[in-house]
Amino acid sequence: MLIKTVGGYWDPIVWIVAFIVIAIIAYIIRAFGKGEYKGGEQTKPFLSGVEEPSKEKVHVRASNIYWGFIEALKGYYDYMKRMHSGVVNDYVAWFVGVAAIMFVVMFAAVII
Amino acid sequence: MNVMEHLPALIIAIPLLAAFLTPLVDKISKKVRNAVVFIALAATFILTIFLVQDVFENGIMIYVMGASNPTQTIPMQAAVPIRIVLEIDGLSAFMALISVLIALIGLIYSFSHVEERGGKFYTLFLLMLVGMLGMELTGDLFNLFVFLEIASIASAALITYEFKRGSTTEAALKYIVISSIAALFVLFAIGLLYGEYDLLNMAAIAKAIKITGLSNIDMIALILFFAAFAMKAGAAPMHMWMPDAYGEAPGAVSMVLIAVTQASLYALLRMCFTIYADSLHVVIPAAIIIFGLISIFIGVTMALIQDDIKRLIAYAAVAEVGYILLAIGVGLYGVLNNEVELYARKALQGGIFHIFNDILDIGLLFLVAGGIIYITKERNLNKLGGLAHSMKYTSILFLIGLAAVAGLPPMNGFASKIMIYESVYKVSPILSIVAILASIIMLAIFVKIFHSVFTGPKISEQKDVPKLMLASMIILAALIIFFGLFPDIIINNVVNPAVNALIENAAYISNVMG
Amino acid sequence: MIYNLPFLTVVALIAIGMYAIIFKRNLIKIAVGITILESGVNLFLITLGYREGGVAPIFTNLPPGISPDQIPEKMVLPVPQALTLTSIVIGVAVLALILSFTINIYRKYGTLDAGKIRRLKE
Repeated sequence: MLIKTVGGYWDPIVWIVAFIVIAIIAYIIRAFGKGEYKGGEQTKPFLSGVEEPSKEKVHVRASNIYWGFIEALKGYYDYMKRMHSGVVNDYVAWFVGVAAIMFVVMFAAVII
Repeated sequence: MNVMEHLPALIIAIPLLAAFLTPLVDKISKKVRNAVVFIALAATFILTIFLVQDVFENGIMIYVMGASNPTQTIPMQAAVPIRIVLEIDGLSAFMALISVLIALIGLIYSFSHVEERGGKFYTLFLLMLVGMLGMELTGDLFNLFVFLEIASIASAALITYEFKRGSTTEAALKYIVISSIAALFVLFAIGLLYGEYDLLNMAAIAKAIKITGLSNIDMIALILFFAAFAMKAGAAPMHMWMPDAYGEAPGAVSMVLIAVTQASLYALLRMCFTIYADSLHVVIPAAIIIFGLISIFIGVTMALIQDDIKRLIAYAAVAEVGYILLAIGVGLYGVLNNEVELYARKALQGGIFHIFNDILDIGLLFLVAGGIIYITKERNLNKLGGLAHSMKYTSILFLIGLAAVAGLPPMNGFASKIMIYESVYKVSPILSIVAILASIIMLAIFVKIFHSVFTGPKISEQKDVPKLMLASMIILAALIIFFGLFPDIIINNVVNPAVNALIENAAYISNVMG
Repeated sequence: MIYNLPFLTVVALIAIGMYAIIFKRNLIKIAVGITILESGVNLFLITLGYREGGVAPIFTNLPPGISPDQIPEKMVLPVPQALTLTSIVIGVAVLALILSFTINIYRKYGTLDAGKIRRLKE
């Protein structure tokens, strides 16, 4: 059941069969390991000897998840927040601006 | 009366009649009203399936309103069509099928959360569907304007359905001001075309433009149509009403609003491909491609900083419209340069298949968000958390929607996106690079919702969403998985006739003008 | 030149309407601006149909001196008049909707300034 794209084809059934085969191979490789190792001090995270706090205190809230990305693009986001001002007059001004630019471009392209 | 002959008129008439009967039936009881509305929508859905079958077997279907013979477009003594003509080709049938399907699923969802003033809700809901169907089935320019206004007035009243919160009325005011200005400019452009050709029928104007070429007034009308319909379809930088309107609408209405904006996108396609066809200058496809790229980039990056769950999904919807515009722009560019078989046909197939996938995927996400808001009464992502402990089915359905929107195989989002990526690459590699990078960020924004809403420590104990909401979400998820596993069923049977109807417009003209 | 005067009026009305919508902050003034814009577009539609020396397009009420085979040249076009009537009715409905939204916003926000009713920003 494939569909043909410009560069080749895409067949989801073949993808699912390949996924299952690779998953089975991965499971077989996993079965070669030791089964009776339970863990202990070696599997807990190491925080310089301090106790690991409970899950409620370290959970990262929604606004802070991508802090690094947002901080790096600070200038772009400040401009975007100013652009999306929420005032109705600005929405109509963007429409008139885009229509005016398209007028100029279209007539210039036809004349030249 | 032969039902098959009068199908187009019945498809518009049945929801219209049910819309005006609903307030009367509402006085009897709620269950009778729900039953009447459901029966009307189910009948419309069955008739639409007949219409789609008929169009795909027999070609374009014509219906003349108010004539003794529904297929005689030009009367005896005249040389041009003088009545309103409904003309349905492959693309119209496709869009009508999607609209009625989404309205039916939204109706099932809304049965569980509409408690007060239900009669008015369903009247406006059915009127919104009538407006959408009228825009997609008509072959007459002024009829398009009237149905555009019907759809936007009904949608604006539905957005402010919960008027106890002030922000819904603010969103609805912005929506109606923008819609009314766009519709007035569309009317001005229709007036310009009427003044030049003395014709209002789309096929007749297409033939006149083909014969006489593109004059200055035609170019002015084209720019006004283009800007107005692009604004209604949500192309950046005129997209700012979309997060407000989608984010404040109640539950299922957000999903049906997506179909209303896709109807404006359909009107843009009609303008560019059928009415103006080969006389277009190459500036128009370049403008569509640039709008598409800007929409993708702005939609995806602005979604990363939102805190309100529905506004975030609305910004992702802006990005999806950008993908569709990118594919359509590349298709139009190929058609104008006569390189159809190289990449344009695949690009148009990917774009139109993506319209279908976009409505299903973003619709499922909006329904899940509506369910979360209904149960927890909380919209802010910072205050939600750990819901997967209690709402198991909803989290699985959200995962399916996440995989579909971000374009992960084997869902249907991947099938349409790979067609778009590979055909857009032929025009310029930069377009493909921006599209792929934006897809990665789109995965990031939905992982943000999943992490903060569903995983994490449990904040409070909640029950799962009501059964009717779960039923509609499961129907959507089943459709997503089915069309992901068998994409060729829908591409060969539904999308290909639509693309053929777009690429050659000679059949559209000759069926009306003889 | 005198026959171009309605078209110049159309341009003036549309310009005044767009100025009111873009630069005025009071919500009632935005509603008035939309009405002026709509009046301009309706005037444009009516003016398209004018034919010089034409009479009202009513077949059974012709003024004396016109024979039935002179009819198409001596009447103004009736189709734009139908379009304008439809547009006026739609304009009334949109204006009623905008004003009712304004009343609800005033109750909830306490102000009519478009720069201050922006709880939904960014």
